[in-house]
Amino acid sequence: MKSKQPSHLRSIVAHIVLIILSFMCLFFFYILFINATRSHADLQKGFSALPGNYLLKNLSNVANDGTFPMLRGILNSLIVSGCSAAICTYFSALTAYGLYAYNFKLKKVAFTFIMAILVMPTQVTAMGFLRLITNMGMYDSLLPLILPSIASPAVFYFMYSYLQSSLPLSLVEASRIDGCGEFRTFNQIVLPIMKPAIAVQAIFSFVGCWNNYFVPALVIQSKDKMTVPILIATLRGADYMNFDMGKIYTMILVAIVPIIIVYLCLSKFIIAGVTLGGVKE
Amino acid sequence: MKSKHKKVDYSKWGYIFILPFFVSFFIFSFIPLVDTIRYSFFEYYRSGIKEIGPNFVGMENYISLLGSDMLKYAANTLILWIIGFIPQIVIALVLAEWFVDARLKIHGTQFFKVVIYLPNLIMASAFAMLFFTMFSTNGPVNSILMSIGLTSQPIDFLGSAMGTRSLVGFMNFLMWFGNSTIMLMAAIMGISPDVFEASELDGCNSFQRFFYITLPQIRPILAYTLITAIIGGLQMFDVPQILTNGQGTPDRTSMTLIMFLNSHLKSRNYGMAGALSVYLFIVSGILCFFVYRMTNNDDPDGSKAAAKKAKKQQRRG
Amino acid sequence: MKKRVVSIMLIAAMAASLAAGCGKSSGSDSGNGGSSSGGSSSGGSSSAGASSGEEGKVINIYSWNDEFRERVEAVYPEVKETSKDGTVTVLNDGTEIHWIINPNQDGVYQQKLDEALMQQADASADDKVDIFLSETDYVNKYTDADADAAIPLKDLGIDPDRDLADQYDFTKVTASDVDGVQRGSTWQCCPGLLVYRRDIAKEVFGTDDPEEIGQKVKDWDTIKATAEELKAKGYYTFASYADTFRLYGNSIEESWVSPGETTIKVDQKIMDWVNSSKEWLDAGYLDKNVKGQWNDDWNKAMSSASKVFAFLFPAWGIDFTLNPNWDGEDGVWAVTNPPQEYNWGGSYVHACTGTDNPEHVKDIILAVTVDKDNLLKISKDYSDFTNTTSGMKEAAEDDSFASEFLGGQNAFEYFVPVAENIEIAPLSAYDQGCVELIQNSFSDYLQGKVDYDKAKKNFETAIIERYPDITEIQWPE
Repeated sequence: MKSKQPSHLRSIVAHIVLIILSFMCLFFFYILFINATRSHADLQKGFSALPGNYLLKNLSNVANDGTFPMLRGILNSLIVSGCSAAICTYFSALTAYGLYAYNFKLKKVAFTFIMAILVMPTQVTAMGFLRLITNMGMYDSLLPLILPSIASPAVFYFMYSYLQSSLPLSLVEASRIDGCGEFRTFNQIVLPIMKPAIAVQAIFSFVGCWNNYFVPALVIQSKDKMTVPILIATLRGADYMNFDMGKIYTMILVAIVPIIIVYLCLSKFIIAGVTLGGVKE
Repeated sequence: MKSKHKKVDYSKWGYIFILPFFVSFFIFSFIPLVDTIRYSFFEYYRSGIKEIGPNFVGMENYISLLGSDMLKYAANTLILWIIGFIPQIVIALVLAEWFVDARLKIHGTQFFKVVIYLPNLIMASAFAMLFFTMFSTNGPVNSILMSIGLTSQPIDFLGSAMGTRSLVGFMNFLMWFGNSTIMLMAAIMGISPDVFEASELDGCNSFQRFFYITLPQIRPILAYTLITAIIGGLQMFDVPQILTNGQGTPDRTSMTLIMFLNSHLKSRNYGMAGALSVYLFIVSGILCFFVYRMTNNDDPDGSKAAAKKAKKQQRRG
Repeated sequence: MKKRVVSIMLIAAMAASLAAGCGKSSGSDSGNGGSSSGGSSSGGSSSAGASSGEEGKVINIYSWNDEFRERVEAVYPEVKETSKDGTVTVLNDGTEIHWIINPNQDGVYQQKLDEALMQQADASADDKVDIFLSETDYVNKYTDADADAAIPLKDLGIDPDRDLADQYDFTKVTASDVDGVQRGSTWQCCPGLLVYRRDIAKEVFGTDDPEEIGQKVKDWDTIKATAEELKAKGYYTFASYADTFRLYGNSIEESWVSPGETTIKVDQKIMDWVNSSKEWLDAGYLDKNVKGQWNDDWNKAMSSASKVFAFLFPAWGIDFTLNPNWDGEDGVWAVTNPPQEYNWGGSYVHACTGTDNPEHVKDIILAVTVDKDNLLKISKDYSDFTNTTSGMKEAAEDDSFASEFLGGQNAFEYFVPVAENIEIAPLSAYDQGCVELIQNSFSDYLQGKVDYDKAKKNFETAIIERYPDITEIQWPE
């Protein structure tokens, strides 16, 4: 009761800080948007705080460029990021559950091992990776962009930590007593409990995958399989003599719309997931 | 405790559940990793389109790396990381706490939650491009500063080591604080409301509650955030790469380890890149082991956390 | 148990359908060619070149943009049609050209090309690289005799002395290996000019006549005096120190790395560039805020609000860099002679060792880089300064080649003498890295961030990172 007054003050501080931070975050989107609405010549003149009227022209420039399959690129990116996020979260949860809920000989070894590889920078193995998938005949296909995300140590660790704090083993016991199979227990009891964690990681891995340039640039060759970041790089780099910054900003703008949509959907889901927390103790 | 014995019957399920992970890891990471390590002992690079090597040279790559500026780049990486990470984790913790604190009655929580994560959605390279434009000598930031009279001469942000480093740090902060906030928020929301209610009844103020209840309870996720941030920091690449055009200008003061690795990969120097990768691997391993120990004490497999949970349940019951 | 089976099957099905999806699309790409060409993949005849009887059905061309494709479509008579996405061009006899385009950015193009060249020997006939392009900065990497990536033109049945007599000599030298064997040909040659603002010229000098301005910038000493005049009125002569680099870099006397050696010899001319750039920058002849080229500040220096008097550009620079960045009326910019002849850029076409389509490759090279009418057409349609000495002389006198952007001035008139006087600097396979890194390293010095010796040291570090086989760097006294 004592804390009523300070709490009021803190609330004001909190609002101010939040507004400043939000302003900084949105400011860059605003600039991106402004730049996407201006023509290349306009952009060269310098910055302006007001949008131009060139957005539609830029958009149609991007969409109608036959050598530049924007829609196809977005579709590819959606497939890759969607599949990656799905299998990454599912298998990480599965692995985390396997290590959390069961006791077996190699458990400690397996856990330590995953923790060790958690720290491995992706760039480190890039060249070996490229050679490997070339030998496997997966060069220039979307599969090598998706399949490796089954093994995501970081996501695994998050899931594991989450299980530690939110899944009592008694619940698993109970479901066994009810005669549930192990997979069913996982899919019907454990997964729903992990929903918030899954939603969080699904967003992160979706975004990570969507924005990944490094691996796709190594693996993808043909135009109809390019993902959005490669297309943007192509747009920027292919023809430095007549590149069009307006087009590039528009492309970036177009590229972030899908992830914002996915993000908005999932962010609702996180909130919803948390209210499911009745099973917690 | 009785349940532990019963679980032995299920041990094969443990193997089955973790199998896909390990198969995928073995194929897509382990084989390439072995390749990388193997080549680190070789002289192996491209000259033009001719391949030189592989010739076995033992530890030569490792030794010549130690003689290079590698340690300087490691220091750069650390500095860049700290500039971004400290504000990131502090603000993320504070925000996460605010968001779940019903007493603050924050309006538009949903809006703020959505907004702070947005910068993470833009590609790092695109973000760096925007920054580059904004902070260039005749960019909008300088014209704003000049028009409100804060400075008479345009400031050459990217021309000084401090300026470039701050910008990189600031960008990393902006891109990742929302991410951390959401993660920590999910962790805090995972804490049983009973604990908070109890603390309220005991007359805890917000600070006490934050330090004595929230922090210890979210330790696993906090450790996770810390570890992923360290890995992310070690891997810092896109932002300084684009902002400084791959040069780490001025005078290589913002050259990170991965940018260094990248320049070896660019010259197709598999041997040197391999050796550098092994160094990176060892360093990040040590760092994470340290952090993990620090945050989790002696609980490498979570058995202690389970025991704690059991105890808590006992207390409750 | 059942559940498990189902979920595993689901995953398997998902994976399978994905694989099928991918397999299908990649199959249809090469399938057409693959099915019909089984007979022609005779391995032995590949290096023998022109005389091998049967041609492959797929011509793979590696490039970094659509420039070459557009030129081929415009002038190669055998072209029937190109698919909408620009990846496949069908010729009249049914042969398909597959365009493999990778961005130049971050060296991706060379990376992918190198990868393909390394696998050239093992690739199936339809996957072999047939033609690839290179730029002046790294052409030597591919024309190198030991590398054996580009077929000597002679082996294709093109005699450089006879068939390419009308080409500019320096382009032939550029595309040749150490022994003088020509292994590539270009349609484009890139003599550079000085492009200046007429309005500023009028204000400062009282005249905007290209002849008179040309006199004021005819050599380095004269242009320095001119720079002082410009400065007095508040104008910069050039935007950035990087603008003048090509002029010095083109006139080095020895190549960066002599054939067979692993020592980089930094030429005195390069140090002259550093010293005079420092002098110019400190004297205020250059805009301190513009650091190098290809960045925002540099682009903005080309707009009407800028105080920069002139740029140094070849034909493509005027059309594709200056023009898009200019926001005023046409006719404000004009060209005149540069203080020193130089060449900037140029894309070389190479026949790739191991090609299974030597006849087509030969035809394409002849059509796009040799045929005078075709070259004139390219000049007219794409404003390239093309590789025909007689044709360019005609263009210089032909008013239909006048440029709208230059207010009706015929730039070819100024390009021709430059092109004829270009002495191409001796090349090496290390040029791209040397040119790029020396500018980067000394950029810090010019801006006063590091001292001279530190800049040298930074260059040494960077160049050894890029080229591990370099053992020593020698600086001029």
